Amino acid sequence: MTQPIIQLKGFDKFFGDFAALSQVDLDIKTGEFFSLLGPSGCGKTTLLRSIAGFETPSAGSLYIDGKTMEGVPANKRPTNMVFQSYAIFPHMSVAENVAYGLKARRLPKAEITTRVAEAIAMVGLEGFGGRASHALSGGQRQRVALARALVLKPRVLLLDEPLSALDKKLREQMQSELRRLQRAVGITFVLVTHDQEEALTMSDRIAVMFDGKIAQVATPQALYGQPCSRRVANFIGMMNFLDAKILSTSGDTVEVDVQSLGKLSLSLSQATGGIEGCNSAGVRPEMLTILTGSQTAEREIEAVVSEVFYYGDMTYYDVRLPFKEEPITITMRNTAGRTVLAVGENARVGWSASSLLLLR
Amino acid sequence: MTWFQKWRRGEGAQGLFLISPTLAFTLLLLAVPLVLVVALSFWTQDYLTLHRTFTMDNYKTAWSEPMYQYLMGRSLKISMMVTAMTVLLAYPVAYFISFYVPPKRKAMWIFLITIPFWTSYLMRIFLWKVILGYNGVVNGSLMGLGLIEEPLSFILYNQNAVVLTLAHAWVPFAILPIFVALERVDRSLIEAAEDLGDSKLRRFFRVTLPLSMPGVIAATIIVFIPTIGDYVTPRLVGGPNGLMIANMIELQFKKANNAPLGAALAISAMAIVTCVALIFIWMNKKYIRGAK
Amino acid sequence: MLGRGHFFKWYMGIFLVFLYAPAILLPVFAFNDSSVVSFPLKGFTTKWFAVLQTTDSLHVAVRNSLMIAVTTAIFSTLFGVLAARASTRFSFPGRRSIMGFIMLPMVLPEIIIGVSLLVVIIQMGFELSLWSIILGHILICTPFCIAILSSAFMNLDQSLEEASFDLGQTRWNTFWLVILPLVMPGIVASLLIAFTISLDEFIIAFFLAGTEPTLPVYIWGQLRFPQKLPSLMALGTILLVLSISLLLIADYFRRRGVRKTGIENSGGFL
Repeated sequence: MTQPIIQLKGFDKFFGDFAALSQVDLDIKTGEFFSLLGPSGCGKTTLLRSIAGFETPSAGSLYIDGKTMEGVPANKRPTNMVFQSYAIFPHMSVAENVAYGLKARRLPKAEITTRVAEAIAMVGLEGFGGRASHALSGGQRQRVALARALVLKPRVLLLDEPLSALDKKLREQMQSELRRLQRAVGITFVLVTHDQEEALTMSDRIAVMFDGKIAQVATPQALYGQPCSRRVANFIGMMNFLDAKILSTSGDTVEVDVQSLGKLSLSLSQATGGIEGCNSAGVRPEMLTILTGSQTAEREIEAVVSEVFYYGDMTYYDVRLPFKEEPITITMRNTAGRTVLAVGENARVGWSASSLLLLR
Repeated sequence: MTWFQKWRRGEGAQGLFLISPTLAFTLLLLAVPLVLVVALSFWTQDYLTLHRTFTMDNYKTAWSEPMYQYLMGRSLKISMMVTAMTVLLAYPVAYFISFYVPPKRKAMWIFLITIPFWTSYLMRIFLWKVILGYNGVVNGSLMGLGLIEEPLSFILYNQNAVVLTLAHAWVPFAILPIFVALERVDRSLIEAAEDLGDSKLRRFFRVTLPLSMPGVIAATIIVFIPTIGDYVTPRLVGGPNGLMIANMIELQFKKANNAPLGAALAISAMAIVTCVALIFIWMNKKYIRGAK
Repeated sequence: MLGRGHFFKWYMGIFLVFLYAPAILLPVFAFNDSSVVSFPLKGFTTKWFAVLQTTDSLHVAVRNSLMIAVTTAIFSTLFGVLAARASTRFSFPGRRSIMGFIMLPMVLPEIIIGVSLLVVIIQMGFELSLWSIILGHILICTPFCIAILSSAFMNLDQSLEEASFDLGQTRWNTFWLVILPLVMPGIVASLLIAFTISLDEFIIAFFLAGTEPTLPVYIWGQLRFPQKLPSLMALGTILLVLSISLLLIADYFRRRGVRKTGIENSGGFL
């Protein structure tokens, strides 16, 4: 097993009395695309800036490539950063920006010239080298920031919400481009984002953070499929929650009483965050179906449609189950011949016990 | 790492380190001299020798002698009149630039307003003398138009001339803060007031004016406090009845060789002005709270 | 509705006449071929400007004032850079009160500053000289410099510094390569403003002038002699043109700075 490129142990950061990070333990593997995901103020940016060397931890230690980073300033660390505002030096041309770090390292002129040209080509900005940087578009600035950091061949590239300033279309294009770049250079990328879709589509692994603590570290599929708590489940995608009461556990099976659905026996593995303290059953909207005509399902329950949101390819239904005040959401693909139900109509909802999760 | 090393690397220490030369300079050349002036005001001087025994005599003289009382009262009155006139003159200008000038040309207008301020200070005052004088521009034009038979004499060498000249000198300083405050007023609030049924005039008094009050207060302070210290304008255009307390302070320090009394007068004037300013700020706070 | 636009048109017209009256009369009398400064005008002449060329005492005063203004501009900008940088980039204990104290000379009556410096210099047993005026001028110019430089430093994105540091540059080089070039327009504007204020300052200079006069002190002395007035008008005209040119240059640099840092021009000098 290879050594992790970044290791955090018992990492704390206080701003006055406010704990921006508390007891963070994290390993990031060499060469992976790793995302720090969480709502604003959760400490993800502080964590990234601590890795870069802009914040000193209040306690705990950080190792990059097996070496301790205590007392190592940002300009001596094998990391480089793409800033949220891109921080392109406005008084320098594109090429001067890209050459900035190489000049700081006092490399020979010829080497700087070739490496700058390579980096500019790599991000698809050929011919823009002489451009004044304040005349660039948002997407171009982003590329310059990437080239400027990657030209130094850092062990880790840190990206602080790099796509948040771009419009939706450009953001999607840059997402795939970032992924392509990361595969091409093989450098470890650590991305900070509050956008769960962005994290899911780009990352090898994701750390979800709340209130300065890491809630879960997992691959995108595991995070979506087996969230460890209600809070994580709610943050990644949509999830319906029903009150649940654990009646008994024996071996690998759990007996539970679930609101509206009644008594069920589930597998212990469905309690993805551990069985202790579980008080809800969660089910993703796409795991439920509204049955039509003679369709049948493993289990069925009668419901009433309370709201319909039509999205073209999909329809989102809010339906009311018996014994539950809050409606739950079901998403249905609008396949050929399928009629969209109206508010007030009865609906037969099909579900299966294996799609339920037991959560805290 | 000890706490000291940590502190030394921290933001606070770096900031203090950076600001220390400027702070030291200001302490040395503003705080220390001010303290010394306060000390001086409790000392006495005959001719050129200074007696460093504590006495309140200078303050007794400054507060009881009718001439000083009279000068102080007149200075306060003139300063208040100047301030009132300046702010009243400035508000419509700031309002015009903020609400009627297209955004691209606002900077140009502000520049236009500040240009006359860069005419030599002494020349500017002197030219007001030329404008207001017996054979001056105003009298000349009024007589030329046949509006008056003989030159008006009440416009120069009196308090009116002092007020007018000082208002002219300070008006750009009053326009800028009011303009900034008006720019900060959220335009949708004004629209909301109109939408809710206020007339244009009521809307102005209930929304625009209270919200721009911080600028008016800043303008008032910026004009009122320094005005009390001007001794050039009264001397040039004020005539014998237009002299102010600053002329007396200057006299005590220069010709009369009674620096302690001058210091006592200066400190008394500053104290009074500061009190008036504080009362004004306090009254405004009440006004704004009342408007809510 | 009809009244409002018209009200402001009239008001602004009258206001601008009031505001510009002295500035317009200055060149009018400077070129007037009469030894009396009053209407009616007598004809065009440039002889008052020629008189200035041969007045030696004026030249001494100009030299003194230039020396004072240049020194003041350099030192107050230096103090301004330090204070503006400290207050915009770092948070430190007592920042607000320290800055308030440093900015105090902006609202303090100049006579108070003049008087207190006079007292200190005499009590310390120093002679009044051009240097005492310089000290006073640095004191009153520094707040103006801070006001200009603060906006220059505030427009500076902190992540630019961090980026430079992150890319391997030292703090010292970051200052020279990134921070200084980006705030340079602000520094030029600050130098010019301080220079202009110092050149025109009278109240403090009058209190602190020893035997050597500055330009405004010289003008003050000449105002008593009616026959000197026309040439003073010529001098005032030159000073006005000089001040406005310097201000226009300062504003040009400020705008260039705004463009460079890519931030919307938010108008307004000072």
